[in-house]
Amino acid sequence: MRILIIEDDREAAQYLLKALREAGHVPDHAADGDDGWHMASGGGYDVLVVDRMLPKRDGLSIVEALRADHDETPVLILSALGQVDDRVKGLRAGGDDYLAKPYAFTELLARVEALGRRRRPGEAETTLRVGDLVLDRLSHSVTRAGQDVPLQPREFRLLEYLMKHAGQVVTRTMLLENVWDYHFDPQTNVIDVHMSRLRAKVDKGQERSLLHTVRGAGYMIRDPAR
Amino acid sequence: MVSALGRFLRTTAFRLTLVYLVVFSIVTVFLIGYVTRTTNELLTRQLREAIDQEVAELDEQYQAGGLRRLLTAIDQKSRAPGAGLYLLADFSGNPVVGNIADIPPAILDDAAETAHPIRYARFDGDRKQNHVALVRVLQFDGGFRALVGRDIGERDRFRDLFGRSFRVVMGVMVVLALVTWWFVSRRVLRRIDQVTATSARIVAGDLTDRLPVTGSGDEFDRLALAVNDMLGRIDDLMKGLKEVSDNIAHDLKTPLTRMRNRVDEALGGEPDPARYRSALEATIEESDALIRTFNALLMIARVESGGQPAETATVDLAGIAREVAEFYEPVAEEDGVRIEVDAELAAPVLGSRELIAQALGNLIDNALKYGRVEGRAAVIRVAVARDGASAVATVADNGTGVAEGERERVLSRFVRLEASRSKPGSGLGLSLVAAVMRHHRGSMVLGDAGPGLKVDLHFPAVEGPISNKG
Repeated sequence: MRILIIEDDREAAQYLLKALREAGHVPDHAADGDDGWHMASGGGYDVLVVDRMLPKRDGLSIVEALRADHDETPVLILSALGQVDDRVKGLRAGGDDYLAKPYAFTELLARVEALGRRRRPGEAETTLRVGDLVLDRLSHSVTRAGQDVPLQPREFRLLEYLMKHAGQVVTRTMLLENVWDYHFDPQTNVIDVHMSRLRAKVDKGQERSLLHTVRGAGYMIRDPAR
Repeated sequence: MVSALGRFLRTTAFRLTLVYLVVFSIVTVFLIGYVTRTTNELLTRQLREAIDQEVAELDEQYQAGGLRRLLTAIDQKSRAPGAGLYLLADFSGNPVVGNIADIPPAILDDAAETAHPIRYARFDGDRKQNHVALVRVLQFDGGFRALVGRDIGERDRFRDLFGRSFRVVMGVMVVLALVTWWFVSRRVLRRIDQVTATSARIVAGDLTDRLPVTGSGDEFDRLALAVNDMLGRIDDLMKGLKEVSDNIAHDLKTPLTRMRNRVDEALGGEPDPARYRSALEATIEESDALIRTFNALLMIARVESGGQPAETATVDLAGIAREVAEFYEPVAEEDGVRIEVDAELAAPVLGSRELIAQALGNLIDNALKYGRVEGRAAVIRVAVARDGASAVATVADNGTGVAEGERERVLSRFVRLEASRSKPGSGLGLSLVAAVMRHHRGSMVLGDAGPGLKVDLHFPAVEGPISNKG
């Protein structure tokens, strides 16, 4: 993916560029708001990573200007302000996701990849498939190799989110934010426990596991045959 | 010297006194002028009426007995003690009878119907004295003329009296102004000066100082009490800030030192990738914990600084409680704890779903961490109920509880009871809940669940539809 990073902190930007390159992406860097705006409005990027506080031009105003031009490139907003109302402001300005500093690179990578693939057709698919696991969004039913898998409503949403991002790393905070709509730190390993419950229902007794833990990052649902 | 005078002229005491003096002088001048004028008019009218009456009387005498009888009547009247002015003159103006010594002859030719003022001289012993009188002239046959008048010296004496009282009153007022000046400057301004001096001391850093309160209950006392309350609040905040910074220094410096030492230790000795790795992993873990503590602190500061977060809406407290309980339920089950939920009826409150969920989450997390006793099946009860004008969310465990004397203390930031020191946690959980409750204008009450700790969150209940998104 082509990724534009608009970030004024050189060291942080260099670190991001290097890590994104290692993850197989093609990142560019703009060091201030004006450069960022010119490069972003030139188009051609799959995802923009925009710091909120930038010299010359505020990050949110870049996003607002892009959206006013009907540029729908997904934007991940980075900010040292991690509070709920700042997040709401960022999303209202047209950001697609919001990440508070300091963050782990794995978190940023997972979110950038989720944003980059969001636009592929099939988002509105009524049936999600990963291997022999089928999730029907209309009838709210899940089958594994033809066998019905009974799930609680929240477990269904959890699986749905994972399957929507099949083959991608999904972090615990992404799950917390998207499945439960909580933006706080639950202090305990709640997400892990929910995942192990889901795994017990989906993978137990199956020859091949679909749900995987990605060490130091999060979870991934993946068809092992591919 | 000039500046001293200028300062004196600028003082409130001087200005107030000057304003009082000017205002009261104007009022007094107006009052006395008005009274003088009305009295003068009244007396003049009375005199005129008396003259008119006597003229009518003399006319009657003349009609009854002619000139002779008139002459007798005037003579009698003019001789009576304290008599008015009487004169009967012949056609050439020579006095025939009466008590007027000298009068300008033109006056007798004036046949005005009403009395009017003239100057005349009357016998006063051997001397002729000039007086002013109101007179009226009556014409008779044969050119005889009778003059009837009243001296208006009486009226003028009244006027003099008023003039004198005016001067006395003015004198009294100047004295009163001086007394006011003395009172204002000595009493009132001295208290203001005290306030100024105390404020200066407080600004200089002595926050324990307070404004003097005399107990008289006047506006200065009320002001002093209000300012003292404010100072008390500031003092509390300052103490809180100091406590927090002390605690931050302790709670953040300790892990930072630990981290630094670990890295230092890993760098020493023979290069060993395995040791490096474990040191780095431990460092990341420790820095994550630090970030969490920082986030909690920032969150508390943010929530406490007030202001409405962007996402305030009418939310269902019961719904939030059910969701949070459901969220924590798997963790509880894994720990062998049962969560009982009793939140069936909707309880609308005005607030932030996120903050309320976080508060309830912190309480459940606390109950999971600290609310258990060996040998007793642990149960956490989450309930929401309406209680009059409030909606109350309760999180109760059946653990050891918190002794009554300790309840206040556990709400302070970073305070962790000795029993829980060994367990993970920043010690910020309950203070965050308390901050969230203050933000929602609610309250947090710690109680005894018999056995266990019971935390009640009282929210002001509202009526109305619940927003879908909150």
